[in-house]
Amino acid sequence: MPVPAPLPPEILAPLRQQLRCNFPQLDQVFPDCMTEARILLSETGIRDYLEGASLICRIGRGFEPVLVYLEEMPRVAADLGEETLALVSQTVWKLSRSPNGKAILPFLQSIAEAARRLASAELLTRYTAMILDFMERTTGSIHGFHTTIPSPSLPDLLERIPYLLSQLTCHGLRNWLDYGLRHYADHPDRQRDYFSLQSADSRAVLQRERHGVLFVDHERQLDLYLRALWQERQTFVPYSDAFDEPRKPLPYFDALGVRIPDCYDDRDGVAGIDRYRALLAHVAAHLRWSGSLVADNLSPFQRIAVETFEDCRVESLALREYPGLRRILLALHPTPAEDACDPERESCIRHRLAMFSRAVLDPDHGYRDPNLLDFVARFHAELAEGSSSTQAIADLAISYIARTRRQQDLAPNVHFTDTEVDYRDDNRHLWRYIEQGDEEEAFEERKPRQADDVETLPPRHYPEWDYQSKTYRPDWVSLYEGLHPSGDPAHIDALLDKHRMLAKRLKQILDLLKPQQYVRLRYQEEGSELDLDVAIRSLIDFRGGATPDPRINMSHRHDGRDIAVMLLLDLSQSLNQIPDGCSQTILELSQEAVALLGWAIDHLGDEFAIAGFSSNTRHEVRYQHIKGYGEGWDDQVKGRLAAMEAGYSTRMGAALRHAAHYLEARQADKKLLLILTDGQPHDIDVDDERLLIEDTHKAVQELDQQGIYTYCINLDSHADEYVRDCFGNRFTVIDRVERLPEKLPQLFMALTK
Amino acid sequence: MRAVKRQATHPPHPPHPPRATMSIDTEQYKVSQEPFYQPLDNEIALYEAAYRRRLPVMVKGPTGCGKSRFVEFMAWRLGKPLITVACNEDMTASDLVGRYLLDATGTRWLDGPLTVAARIGAICYLDEIVEARQDTTVVIHPLTDHRRCLPLDKKGEVVTAHPDFQLVISYNPGYQSLMKDLKQSTKQRFSALVFDYPPADLETRIVATETGIAPELAAALVKIAAAARNLKGHGLDEGISTRLLVYAANLMDEGIAPREASRMALVDPITDDEDIRSTLHHAIDAVFP
Repeated sequence: MPVPAPLPPEILAPLRQQLRCNFPQLDQVFPDCMTEARILLSETGIRDYLEGASLICRIGRGFEPVLVYLEEMPRVAADLGEETLALVSQTVWKLSRSPNGKAILPFLQSIAEAARRLASAELLTRYTAMILDFMERTTGSIHGFHTTIPSPSLPDLLERIPYLLSQLTCHGLRNWLDYGLRHYADHPDRQRDYFSLQSADSRAVLQRERHGVLFVDHERQLDLYLRALWQERQTFVPYSDAFDEPRKPLPYFDALGVRIPDCYDDRDGVAGIDRYRALLAHVAAHLRWSGSLVADNLSPFQRIAVETFEDCRVESLALREYPGLRRILLALHPTPAEDACDPERESCIRHRLAMFSRAVLDPDHGYRDPNLLDFVARFHAELAEGSSSTQAIADLAISYIARTRRQQDLAPNVHFTDTEVDYRDDNRHLWRYIEQGDEEEAFEERKPRQADDVETLPPRHYPEWDYQSKTYRPDWVSLYEGLHPSGDPAHIDALLDKHRMLAKRLKQILDLLKPQQYVRLRYQEEGSELDLDVAIRSLIDFRGGATPDPRINMSHRHDGRDIAVMLLLDLSQSLNQIPDGCSQTILELSQEAVALLGWAIDHLGDEFAIAGFSSNTRHEVRYQHIKGYGEGWDDQVKGRLAAMEAGYSTRMGAALRHAAHYLEARQADKKLLLILTDGQPHDIDVDDERLLIEDTHKAVQELDQQGIYTYCINLDSHADEYVRDCFGNRFTVIDRVERLPEKLPQLFMALTK
Repeated sequence: MRAVKRQATHPPHPPHPPRATMSIDTEQYKVSQEPFYQPLDNEIALYEAAYRRRLPVMVKGPTGCGKSRFVEFMAWRLGKPLITVACNEDMTASDLVGRYLLDATGTRWLDGPLTVAARIGAICYLDEIVEARQDTTVVIHPLTDHRRCLPLDKKGEVVTAHPDFQLVISYNPGYQSLMKDLKQSTKQRFSALVFDYPPADLETRIVATETGIAPELAAALVKIAAAARNLKGHGLDEGISTRLLVYAANLMDEGIAPREASRMALVDPITDDEDIRSTLHHAIDAVFP
């Protein structure tokens, strides 16, 4: 680029006067900055530019912010519009009016990159607003009115902005910031960890918000793709290329599965999902057609040539099968220019191979190198007969290397431009090594690891609904299912005996409920009664000369009950209370009620299971199995019921989801989930009262979609405040807890009548 | 295209019911033109052997793989009349056997298709037999063992089957539920021929011959079908049938672009699952360059 002529002093001097700033260093850079500014900016723009610089000079943070502003802003203003000049200087001014002086320089340094990524003045405005909002929410205050403590994480955040914007859209950045602010606003150390991308959830949320086609959302499609087009079944192991900066991981596959990137952006007109498919097609082609070779006898150059040739071979075979793939592969494969690499100064080995690969794939490649053309022809001739073989193509590759070898191939500066084919794997499957290595440990025998003795069921993870961000927190809750300890079954029998009067009354109702509904079956040729309507119609047909329908009878049949019930018991600490006007704890009353209900449902013959739950933070939700669908109402079940104990908290959503997964597997027509609780969902690691209520509500909605009817029986007389938010209209509040044993079975029968 | 089930289904109440005493026009049940049938194995010889001994035959296989076409072809080859009954849930035993009708002067008996077939010595083909209720299917029992007769209990007559009479049923074991299965006592009266979608080269030939499209296009269609059949059990209940391939080929023969024809005839009818649609659409794009 030609260096523009320096400005004459008569133009420079008035401009220098407009910039009210007296740092001595300024005079050295001022002429250069103004030369650039005059090329890029209009008259007004220059005025705004100098005013902005004066403003930044006045904040008293030394010369460096002024310098960054002077250097970066003409380019930004030229690209996004001159209103950004004032926007940036005003934002810096606002930052300087807060205790966050340290963040000013990183902010200014982030502007150039942010402008390049966001590419519009509107988005840049939104970005600065986001930063100011962030500052406001993280800057601490003492006694509530003067903000005095600087934001702990703002400088760290600003330093990472270029990286963040390369991964996230403006909207994604907003979500990522919101998540961090919501969870770590009052915890400076964790806040810093989160916003400097140190903590695990920070990275996890970042992954989730990335732009492009995410693997997690498309895993099934990819699985279907392999099955349908290649009859392959592979495990996918996603890796992230977002964090390993020094060395980019490549896709590969081995016995444990296919490692694929967790996210693909659309590129060169190829949708992200099609990039995944191209990668899988390549892998599947290797699986189908590639053999393996001994690596020890080949030099590194020979090996990379063999790999490229083999890649080309399997791709050509895949294209024979699916010619439509060529469009995608052509778009993704780089097109190295023939004279891009100077063989006298750089190592052109990769460039030569990439050209070969392009020439095989693209019939209109237009390369003129005779060696290249010769080998492309030999390659096609080799494949003309059939599918050839890995060994045969390796021989061709080695002779290609021998023919085109140059002295400079060994040079350290390898030409990389346009030589990377990112849908290809790293070909580690191609090589067999005779010698494992010289390291000592290679000779030691590996001891097989002892498998840990498994005593409890492994935890199941359930998501939790975050109503503020309207997203699920993935795998948030760990649920441990276990068998409820056993007690003395005679205790339950005694309870039933105590309520035998009630049981007698219930039995009358039960007998009425037992399956005996009649369903009319019409249009029967033979039946128990004449169906007059049809008979008359037939007679009319007959009189009219048409063929009468002979199915003029009807009969009846019994319609059975087909209900599967799950009773979920809240076993939290509060059950140990003795409510006013009672002599028993809620736990004891529940026990009696459940015993009666169990007896009643057993009598009715419906499918029936009981489980209890309690929670101790999201890491430990306990789900205790009391009765399964396969078990009868026997002593074992009664024993577990007799040993019921209360403790810990009520994290209802996860328990509902877990209970639902059992209920879902039942075949019954109607599925009913009864939940017996004495209070609102609550856990000790949750400060926000609404959170678990909303999560429960979400869980109920999910269950609805699975065709499970959820019904809550609440023993808390203040339940009206929240129970409707969780369960809609499907709840009953039992105010007089002492009547629970009587109410519960009645309620059940009313529900299922 | 000729309808795959070209042989008219026997109507339950024909406009001019043949009386038992009247002679029946057997010609109407004959298959007049040779249906195109591509043998896959030696099923023709097997069927002929079964017919020589008048063994009842069951043809099993997924939908649209050519079961009905095979039966039609065999009827043509043997020169026997073919009476097809499409079974359904509402069908009663009298729909098969026959019934009394009220007449101005009293009642008269009307033979059902099974009785007609037994009288005239036709091949009686009960299509999708499991769709009929189990109490209906038992009426075929006496015809399918050594007795070879059909008692008409309402009429008080025992029809002895014509020496040429044979019973064939078809049955798709794929999508039937637990409730819809044949009784063991029914199953064990039949010899069975198992059909499946033909191998790729034969299926290509079938599609090409049936519709007259170029063999390369037919081969591409067969490749798409293979992709879909790999997904059976992973969201698809049935793969793409040969019949659908023929539909797609017909659309292409009408001048519709291959991709659109394939989407219309092969993908959209069989699935509503977005992931599967996307995968199959990709398969179509991959197969047609």
